[in-house]
Amino acid sequence: MSVLTINDLGMNFSGFQALDGISLTLQEGERHAILGPNGAGKTTFFNCLTGQIIPTRGVVSYKGRRITGLSPSRIVRRGIGRSFQRINIYPQMSVFENVQVAMIAHEGMSFRLFRKAEALFREETLQMLELVNLTEDETVTAGLMSYGKQKQLELAIALCSEPELLLLDEPTAGMSPQETLDSIALIADIAEQRQLTLLFTEHDMHVVFTIADRISVLHHGELVASGTPQEIRANDDVRTIYLGGYADDAA
Amino acid sequence: MNKSITGTALLVLLLALVPLAGSRYLIYLVTEIQIFALFALSFNLLLGYGGLISFGHAAWFSIGAYASAILLTTLGWPFLLAFPAAVAVTALAAALIGYFCVKLTEIYFSMLTLAFGQLVWAIAFKWVSVTGGDTGFIGVAVPEFLDSPVRFFYFSLCVVLLCATVLWVIVRSAYGMTLVATRENRNRAEFIGVNVRRVQLVAFTLAGTFAGVAGALFTVFNHSVFVETAWWSTSAEVMIMSILGGVGSFVGPVIGAAVLIFLDRTVTEYTQYWPSVMGVILLAVLFFMPTGIAGFLNRRRGGTRR
Repeated sequence: MSVLTINDLGMNFSGFQALDGISLTLQEGERHAILGPNGAGKTTFFNCLTGQIIPTRGVVSYKGRRITGLSPSRIVRRGIGRSFQRINIYPQMSVFENVQVAMIAHEGMSFRLFRKAEALFREETLQMLELVNLTEDETVTAGLMSYGKQKQLELAIALCSEPELLLLDEPTAGMSPQETLDSIALIADIAEQRQLTLLFTEHDMHVVFTIADRISVLHHGELVASGTPQEIRANDDVRTIYLGGYADDAA
Repeated sequence: MNKSITGTALLVLLLALVPLAGSRYLIYLVTEIQIFALFALSFNLLLGYGGLISFGHAAWFSIGAYASAILLTTLGWPFLLAFPAAVAVTALAAALIGYFCVKLTEIYFSMLTLAFGQLVWAIAFKWVSVTGGDTGFIGVAVPEFLDSPVRFFYFSLCVVLLCATVLWVIVRSAYGMTLVATRENRNRAEFIGVNVRRVQLVAFTLAGTFAGVAGALFTVFNHSVFVETAWWSTSAEVMIMSILGGVGSFVGPVIGAAVLIFLDRTVTEYTQYWPSVMGVILLAVLFFMPTGIAGFLNRRRGGTRR
């Protein structure tokens, strides 16, 4: 079953064509990577899918229903979660509260004025922290943790809305090699457990070829290729614009 | 936690004993502090918890003040009806204007609150037949049971304590935590499914409503309303109270209101240069106690900032 259908998506920033005629379909359980050099339009593409910007052309449908033009919060409530390239957490709140407030939002209790927050969803929050290996950091002020841990926390926050489709924008950007390895293992594990459909952008070739079962290549706002990792490796266009020597080494 | 309950109980007891000291000056001073403490608490829901910088908070204080004056005197409503009605009018006005303000963010939000605030002042200033304009609304029909400094002192103490308790419950609530999340990271809050604008609108309306309560109390306290109350400097004053006391703590604005009003009354007895003195105090606080008096005290006790 197709989860996400993107049809002829285009984004024009007052004359600059950032995305041009992108069509793509994501099947349930697919782990789809978007490859592309800096400025290829990866983040703009994500922003169009999650409602941060409204595309100037085309339609995005999630599970058969159109989501183009909806606000980010409504798209999240439909079942699409997202993490960001740059850390996006609540730096002055504790790690526990970072997750707890997301639980509250997911359960539709954000507007309960007289319901004490402290006691809400403690179990669920602790389970989520355990899932991303942050149990010991529960009481730490989120902004004071290491970069890698903040990324883990962000993943936990995104998972609170119980998304079926998870969009990860450069999940390992800025991580040390060890953090990158741990983080990929964690993401792959969670995706497996929760049967998530993943759409992610990534710089690290190793990460892409480890996790993805399909890869699309974005260049100057256009989708130049889409296929299995083997097909992408073998694709001549892709080699010339992006992969360089990597495909040869790996093959 | 237990410490803060004991502390609050002690403070309330101390406040309740104030009229027994027999000084009329003291009763007036503490009543005024109570009213402005509530005003500052309402303001801090926006600034401290929501991260929303409003330059027009005087609007709600003065709408509450004028509405209660008009309802009590011009329309002759009984107090028990007029007081809540004045608050309801303020709540409606805050919701309506807030709807437009939260469409904008950051400095544009602030400028819009300033513009609306000055609009309220202009109406109060120009609509002489209703508000008394420049001369103010003089001779408010204050009910007999509040027409004594001591009785009004206790009345305002009860109202302020009740409102402060409600505000305390709200900032600890699921909503309160969500509001802090929108301050901390608006973008992330959107992406956990929170309608940030609506959260901010609720905060704006609540803050306006409680400021309206303070304004209505101020009318009964003064038996009149003056148009200067609606001027932007009142908005600046409540901001200074909050920052002076500490926006990062719930009680900070109360401390700020108490310190500022006490100093205002005391310093003006010796010099006419109170604004300069206030400027120096504010500078000192910003440089040496950036988290305000409450934050400073809290750190000395080894506490942390929420």
